[in-house]
Amino acid sequence: MSSEASWRPAATCEVLRLRAAMLAAARRFFLKRGVMEVDTPVLSAATASDVHIASLQTNISLDGPKPVYLQPSPESAMKRLLAAGSGPIFQFARAFRDAEAGPMHNPEFLLLEWYRPGFDLGALINEVAALVAVLMKPKIPVEQLSYREAFISYAGIDPYTASIEAIAELCRRSGFRGALDDRSAGLDILLTRLVQPALSPGCVFLYHFPADQAALAKVRPGNPPLAERFELFLDGIEIANGYQELIDAREQRIRIEADLARRRERGLPVVPADIRLLQALEHGLPECAGVALGFDRLVGLKAGVEDIRRVMAFPVDRA
Amino acid sequence: MASFSTSEFKSGLKVLVDHDPCSIIENEFVKPGKGQAFNRVKFRNLKTGRVMERTFKSGDSLEAADVLEVPLQYLYHDGEHYHFMNEQTFEQYVADDKSVGDARNWLKEQDVCTITLWNGQPLMVTPPNFVNLTVTQTDPGVRGDTASGASKPATMETGAVIKVPLFIDEGEVLKIDTRTGEYVSRVKE
Repeated sequence: MSSEASWRPAATCEVLRLRAAMLAAARRFFLKRGVMEVDTPVLSAATASDVHIASLQTNISLDGPKPVYLQPSPESAMKRLLAAGSGPIFQFARAFRDAEAGPMHNPEFLLLEWYRPGFDLGALINEVAALVAVLMKPKIPVEQLSYREAFISYAGIDPYTASIEAIAELCRRSGFRGALDDRSAGLDILLTRLVQPALSPGCVFLYHFPADQAALAKVRPGNPPLAERFELFLDGIEIANGYQELIDAREQRIRIEADLARRRERGLPVVPADIRLLQALEHGLPECAGVALGFDRLVGLKAGVEDIRRVMAFPVDRA
Repeated sequence: MASFSTSEFKSGLKVLVDHDPCSIIENEFVKPGKGQAFNRVKFRNLKTGRVMERTFKSGDSLEAADVLEVPLQYLYHDGEHYHFMNEQTFEQYVADDKSVGDARNWLKEQDVCTITLWNGQPLMVTPPNFVNLTVTQTDPGVRGDTASGASKPATMETGAVIKVPLFIDEGEVLKIDTRTGEYVSRVKE
């Protein structure tokens, strides 16, 4: 970063005022819609099992040292509230992901996450678009595009039928060097290299991801099976990720175990399985849709700042 | 040979990309929210000078390129190759046309140039920022005209043709900026 004194905030006071105004506007948006604000702990005994998320860990002294994780998202805690009957909830959550730093990443960042019992993916997409219109500009263009259509249009391949060799060759031609861990790693490269830069300006909702990229979304059986998941790109920048939430405790357990097996295989830290989340799902999570939105990126787009560290008071190199 | 992981990539680091020695210009972290982390890296290919972009998985490594910049004295051109010498060790190096490139316009015997060596072989020759060269051919000088800004071509001892003010005569020594190829001043002998 620049040579200016590092005690100073990275964001100007003007940007901080804009950030505060957007926070207030988002809170009003949910208040009007009867969505309750919650705040769940940053420190928790379990964390995400996803192999692509590296959690930060520390210890607290309670009858001896007890390992705890800084939450990479409030998803697990919020689902436990939903299972306990909270109804619709939202949260501005501090989230932590190790080793993520760059113009679009800071290891500590602000997620706006919310859950809507009774909503399907389409209803949630409409609500996300409404919020973005309130926060960004009233008549922002909105497009919905399936993952498959986007790949066919912008990468020239069908993500479900293309052979792994064809995907690898296209990755290579797009400048990738290295070995692909799996098919979805190849599709991720093509998404960031070919699809994202080609997306229309405004809101583009990409939906129906491949089943192996379902994460915590429901998978709709079929050929191919499709993850009931969407991502919002705003002016080509990934802003939000939403699911028709997986509510089946058995399936959830299978996915966590599979993640943990892959962690062992790849020599990654094996995190404890999130038992309390599984118990909540066994008790019963209502049918719901949920979404997490990177609030710093949204502020960056609104402020016209290309590095999200300049919309944070103190990004990691000044914290 | 040593290697560097994506987290160690920084501007100026010399690595091998597609078997060519490259210098890193920029390293950006890219990660879809639910996917694999990558580094998108911009390089300058030190053989071609071209800038290119490559993507790597975060945590992957690239082999270090054995690239070294050394000051070497230019000795002579044998009609095909250019010969340089390390003034400390007297070790000699032979550079071909390709690695000398446009620097050939400014190579004067005994001048010290910066040579980029890759695996001990000259890859690129950078002449000193300023060289003093003798005019071997130009139209006769126009006395008194020192301010009009008009110019004429002059051929230097190296064969380079540059624009000089009208008052310059053959046999004069001129200071030239090799980065722009422009006349700077007369050099008083």
